[in-house]
Amino acid sequence: MMHAADKLGIPPAKAVLEADEIRRALTRIAHEILERTNGADDVVLLGIPTRGVPLARRLAERLAQVEGRPVPAGSLDITMYRDDLRLRPARALGHTEVPASGIDDKVVVLVDDVLYSGRTVRAALDALGDLGRPRAVQLAVLVDRGHRELPIRADYVGKNLPTSQREVVRVLVTEIDDQDAVLLGDSPVSREGS
Amino acid sequence: MNRHLISAADLSLDDALLILDTADELAQMSERPVKKLPTLRGRTVVNLFYEDSTRTRISFEAAAKRLSADVITFSAKGSSVAKGESLKDTALTLEAMGADAVVIRHSASGAPHRLAGWVRGSVVNAGDGTHEHPTQALLDAFTMRRRLGRLDGIRVTIVGDILHSRVARSNVLLLNTLGAEVTLVAPPTLLPVAIGSWPCSVCYDLDAALPKADVVMMLRVQQERMNAAYFPSVREYSRRYGLDAARMALLPEHGIVMHPGPMNRGVEIAAEVADSTRSTIVEQVANGVSVRMAVLYLLLSGSPEAERGEQQ
Repeated sequence: MMHAADKLGIPPAKAVLEADEIRRALTRIAHEILERTNGADDVVLLGIPTRGVPLARRLAERLAQVEGRPVPAGSLDITMYRDDLRLRPARALGHTEVPASGIDDKVVVLVDDVLYSGRTVRAALDALGDLGRPRAVQLAVLVDRGHRELPIRADYVGKNLPTSQREVVRVLVTEIDDQDAVLLGDSPVSREGS
Repeated sequence: MNRHLISAADLSLDDALLILDTADELAQMSERPVKKLPTLRGRTVVNLFYEDSTRTRISFEAAAKRLSADVITFSAKGSSVAKGESLKDTALTLEAMGADAVVIRHSASGAPHRLAGWVRGSVVNAGDGTHEHPTQALLDAFTMRRRLGRLDGIRVTIVGDILHSRVARSNVLLLNTLGAEVTLVAPPTLLPVAIGSWPCSVCYDLDAALPKADVVMMLRVQQERMNAAYFPSVREYSRRYGLDAARMALLPEHGIVMHPGPMNRGVEIAAEVADSTRSTIVEQVANGVSVRMAVLYLLLSGSPEAERGEQQ
């Protein structure tokens, strides 16, 4: 999530993924999930706010189309578990919504837009631990931009995007931004996203 | 948001809504298997209670513990206060112990304001004399929003001992910020002198006020603060300003009955009203923990330096 870009309204220079490519990447991820989980029987998709949530819903739709039955999707806010709360002003909480089936003994697939330092995912793992005990936890991201600060990797990646730390990656989704795109641009500020 | 929460008037509309929205998310937590968040690990919250209190003190303690803060509870009885220590000296002791937040209840109006000048941490007013009780007003607004779905434009009638009530003052200020219309109903002797300057209307007839009230909030008659006869007898007060089943029937169908507690059943509220489905009294207590968690989170989680940087 690129808070800095949102706040400063920097127009990043170029689109690295267009709407069509995002659609194809999500379809591919959906099939990979089906393959790895043997038909997504016990899969619960949890999107990390803000933009992981619509991505999780889209993946759930695709899984449901292929398998012909609904796949539960929800959201998992990780704000209260962040390790940088003291570095910035208090922030508003996102919404957590765990599907009624719960997460105990399920295969939870965390969904986020950008994988960067890995700190968001670390926080998400802590948050999950307080909600229940999944059988396994996997990670799906639309963009992996590198520069990990923790031993974390994604199981499903839409696009590997080599970046420098000075750059800003911004994911736009129709549900929130009225268009689908992944933008890459230069940022005058220090790193912020995760 | 300010660093301290001393008066409900310190809160802008955005601040108040941020607290209520945060509390909404935190309220979900009470249904989870692990009712604890790591957010305030390593922070110290001191509960400084100079006046008796059950629900507020327990509520703040539960809120701080659910956020993983260390909680030190200090009640005036059995402490050095009984030996004559001043508020300032106590404050300096707390400062030396590194309190990140001090939650204070005091019988003197203005005590939290003074305290805020002596300590580096955040000060949260948990009720000062007859002045204010902002977290009570926040949890009342939170309860109204949950029951009625909105706050803007709703009509709230507050009944009883307005003169001695910090709950009434905080509610009037906060509800005014949130866009609700407040009517106070009380015998003239139990209204403050400067009531004309409050952002609300006044009425002396409860039966006339009830039919258009979305919310009626009954206040306790605070005998312990009364140094004169404010009404002829408890029985007469109860007849004119108490809420019984017949009066409750005057409320519109969706109307709710609130009470900040502790209640005097049979005086300002009849037992059958307090226990009816329209009463939110038990809900208010549960909501209190969520709202106080939201306040502690928003006051303590960020850093003051970052706050300043953000505003530039």
